[in-house]
Amino acid sequence: MAEKVLIVDDDKAFLSILSERMRNRGMEVTTTASPVEALQIVETESFDAIILDLMMPEMGGIEAFQRIKEKSPELQVIFLTGHPSVSTGIDAMKLGAMDFIPKPVDLNELTEKIKQAKVSRAILVEKQAHAKLKKVLTDKGR
Amino acid sequence: MATDSDEVELAGIRFFGKMSASISHEIKNVLAVINENAGLLEDICFMADRGKPIDLARLKKIAGDVKDQVRRADRIVTTMSRFAHSADELSTETDLGELTVLLGLLAMRFAAMRGIAIQTLAPLAPVVVTTFPFGLLNLLWTCLDCAMTAAGSSKTVELVAERTTEGGLVRFRRLERLSETSIADIALGRLSALPHALNATIAADDTKTELIVRLPRAPEFNPI
Repeated sequence: MAEKVLIVDDDKAFLSILSERMRNRGMEVTTTASPVEALQIVETESFDAIILDLMMPEMGGIEAFQRIKEKSPELQVIFLTGHPSVSTGIDAMKLGAMDFIPKPVDLNELTEKIKQAKVSRAILVEKQAHAKLKKVLTDKGR
Repeated sequence: MATDSDEVELAGIRFFGKMSASISHEIKNVLAVINENAGLLEDICFMADRGKPIDLARLKKIAGDVKDQVRRADRIVTTMSRFAHSADELSTETDLGELTVLLGLLAMRFAAMRGIAIQTLAPLAPVVVTTFPFGLLNLLWTCLDCAMTAAGSSKTVELVAERTTEGGLVRFRRLERLSETSIADIALGRLSALPHALNATIAADDTKTELIVRLPRAPEFNPI
């Protein structure tokens, strides 16, 4: 099944060309230049991975990430940035991002990370389902 | 113990670093788009090798997109070059109109991150003062940073240079929240030595909606 990806980046030229290349590789891609719109999208749709630019007007990538995680903790976020600082990447990882990729992007590397994200998310969703089932059974047994 | 001279130098280094980091970030964004266009060409070649016909219109679009990015990079590098050369002379004739345009370009990304629009209004005639352009840019950036905090609901800061009998001034206008912020922080705080070195004064106007930096026509830069 195709990987379902949301890309959030305020650089529309980048958004357009990256999404075209990812679709050419068989991925199902949704794009938005607005982190606020991204929050609305993740409320109604689920994704295997979210590719999030770290620095955007309107709302920074870190804030968008934290709000996405509040809504859907199982979502796997990969940060993208033109900021060549290692410390920024470390900060993002500490917050719980799945990975951090500097621009310009190596699409093969990004594709690999999206596939990993899909697996990680599936494991998390399964764990959540198990926990739910366990709770239901425990409650019934009382 | 740090001297005023140290403070001016340190402020200059930090300013140069901040602007250089921002410019490198912008260049990286351009490179990212060019890189994806090159990647798309590779994808098209790969598909053509497997018998898919080449879409000439798509190739033309890619060429056009790359040219757009080259123009974008050229604007960024031109701004960077003007900024770097502002440190060439410690004392030189400087058009405040041109300097505020350069400041607006340098600050554009920082402003966008804060949801602020910067409008630079060109003066009718050049407003020439003799100053250290880099030091003045540093001072004006610090004022603009404060002005962005003081911008009101319009989320706009206007920059305008004007000639005065003593020399020239730069106004930061539409600062509806200026009375809530402390001008003293700028004038007497982190950059106290720089206005002195440039013989500049910083003050709010009577309506408390404008920040004004005044400069004499021909002082010598005094690094103390």
